[in-house]
Amino acid sequence: MATLKELTKEEYFYSGHAACAGCGAVVAIRLAQKALGPKTVFVVPACCTSVLHSPFPFSAFATPCINIAFETAAAAASGVVAAYEHKGQKDVTVLAWAGDGGTADIGIQALSGAAERGTNFIYVCYDNEAYGNTGFQRSGSSPYGSRTTTTPTGKREHKKDVPMIMAAHGIPYVATACVSYPMDFVTKLRKAKEMVGTKYLQILTPCPPGWRYSTEKTIEMGRLAVQTGIWALFEIENGEFKLNPPSAALTDKTKRKPVEEYLKDQGRFSQLGPQDVDELKRWIDASWEKYKKLQLRV
Amino acid sequence: MTQVIVETGNRVAGLACKAARADVVAAYPITPQTTVVEQIAELVESGQMNAKYIRVESEHSAMAACIGAAVGGARTFTATSSHGLALMHEMLHWASAARLPIVMAVVNRALGPPWNIWADFSDSLSQRDTGWIQFYCADNQEIFDTIIQAYKLCEDKRVFMPAMICYEGFILSHTSMPVKLPEQKDVDDFLSPYNPPWLLDVNNPVTHGSIVYPEWYMEFRYFMYEAMENARKLIPEIDREYGKRFGIEHGGNIEKYRCEDTDLIILSMGTIASEAKLAVDNLRSQGQKVGVARVRVFRPFPKDEIYNIARNAQMLTVIDRQVSYGMEGPLHSEIKASLYSHDDVPLTAGFIAGLGGRDVTVTDIEKTVNKSLQHLRAGKVEKEVEWIGLRE
Repeated sequence: MATLKELTKEEYFYSGHAACAGCGAVVAIRLAQKALGPKTVFVVPACCTSVLHSPFPFSAFATPCINIAFETAAAAASGVVAAYEHKGQKDVTVLAWAGDGGTADIGIQALSGAAERGTNFIYVCYDNEAYGNTGFQRSGSSPYGSRTTTTPTGKREHKKDVPMIMAAHGIPYVATACVSYPMDFVTKLRKAKEMVGTKYLQILTPCPPGWRYSTEKTIEMGRLAVQTGIWALFEIENGEFKLNPPSAALTDKTKRKPVEEYLKDQGRFSQLGPQDVDELKRWIDASWEKYKKLQLRV
Repeated sequence: MTQVIVETGNRVAGLACKAARADVVAAYPITPQTTVVEQIAELVESGQMNAKYIRVESEHSAMAACIGAAVGGARTFTATSSHGLALMHEMLHWASAARLPIVMAVVNRALGPPWNIWADFSDSLSQRDTGWIQFYCADNQEIFDTIIQAYKLCEDKRVFMPAMICYEGFILSHTSMPVKLPEQKDVDDFLSPYNPPWLLDVNNPVTHGSIVYPEWYMEFRYFMYEAMENARKLIPEIDREYGKRFGIEHGGNIEKYRCEDTDLIILSMGTIASEAKLAVDNLRSQGQKVGVARVRVFRPFPKDEIYNIARNAQMLTVIDRQVSYGMEGPLHSEIKASLYSHDDVPLTAGFIAGLGGRDVTVTDIEKTVNKSLQHLRAGKVEKEVEWIGLRE
């Protein structure tokens, strides 16, 4: 595991960007930049990042970046990778950096295609569980019960399991992360950087205006997501599934905090009735049964 | 030594892509384009062509990958048809607005429903306003030459816009014709290496495609407008330069055939215009003063050339292989728009023909001329749009 001390003091994501106060995605960008270093090319489809990082004529990115259409992060990244491979330049990491809507919904075809082709790049989905920059509409990655502007009474369907979809492609590396566990994310990115092929990471990035909690609680929200088990930290390296700390210690249901602790400070869940909470609990338990089976298989 | 081969339009397009030394090709198969991408796959896998070939999962991704590759510093090629081009639409805007000199073969095919795999220009003409330069070819030699010319044009710093090289499905794509292939070293000499000033470079990091507020957006669009105006001037220059080196020219923006001393001029694009040459010869032998002008470039539209041709005639016969529903043939509209600011302009009559691959014969073309001459004699055009070859 990487340590905070060894993380570079160099900043590759400058201040002056246009993110909301308490934005989890920005924490993730800054960590990714530090983990991967200056020889990284960002490919950014329409998402919060595309509107916050470079209001013309400024840019908060100290590394090269191409903004691209919503559904095309993985396809455009394939082109960038091909151009670098053709030039024989091997020391550059191509990083597609997309939101959950651009990944789970509109961009999943291009992502699946790029993964099937074994494109040598890292794809990070920063997951704020809705279409954040357009005012928080429902995405395939929004959790059951969450209120969004297009599910004003709460979403009726559960979150799409994109990490497992990506694992089914047989790519060398799939991992989840959370902004509240920065060194876990940094370690996983560094591992991904050293591997050849498609690497998929999904990081939970709490969003104060969308989730409707107070801006100083972003890290706390992420931590509660992991502690309650509604979000788990794991990696699938060459097909081998492994839960990472602190999730590794939560397979026993009694070790997980009740999900109510995660829900109670978020306005997006304020309308949930007891039956909705039970449904979420059922889903969490089922997810963990799945993780346990996957671990046993190894 | 120039080599003469007998090949289909599609295979010629693949050979032109190789001769231009495209670095990255990203493509998805669709009838009737398929043999272009098969040919390129063959060339790449046999080691005859040094390129990365990305076999994407859709045309939308093909164009997105071309955009990524071009920003990454690669000379880029793709090819598509019909629904594939329609699917690309969003990324066509992106490629031109990102000022990327991507060259694409468009093997013209009708759109469904009903399903139809044969030629008309409804695919490419409905992409008129995407900011792509559009060439329309009349034979396989022109396909080869125009792909090479297009890289020269698109990569010129006064242009930096993408181009479609359009040619009709099956009529050219699957028909073998003799084609002169120039020596590779001469093509290399004609085309300098792709060297854009704004790469994705870790040593000189820049952000591409930032969000731009209303205070700046119009300037970006004005630069594109200017680039197209520059292309309008450069296309004939490049065609002439190519002609000097390789011994063959294609008429610059518009190719004229027997347009001197005329009463009537036929205007069309692609193979209908080459078929019209035969009609012109027939009609001339019957004493009719008729010529044909083939519009080779639809964007930028050669409006001055159109006027200069039209002013010497009393009647224009415009044959469109596409219709704009609720209006008329798009070529007809553009021609009339090109003439509107002048006083001494001829009458025009528009004809819709050859949709979905229906044959347009010499007899059909002669029919359009005879109908137009009736209008001319009457001194007015009663019916501005007429469909040719419709079932009764």
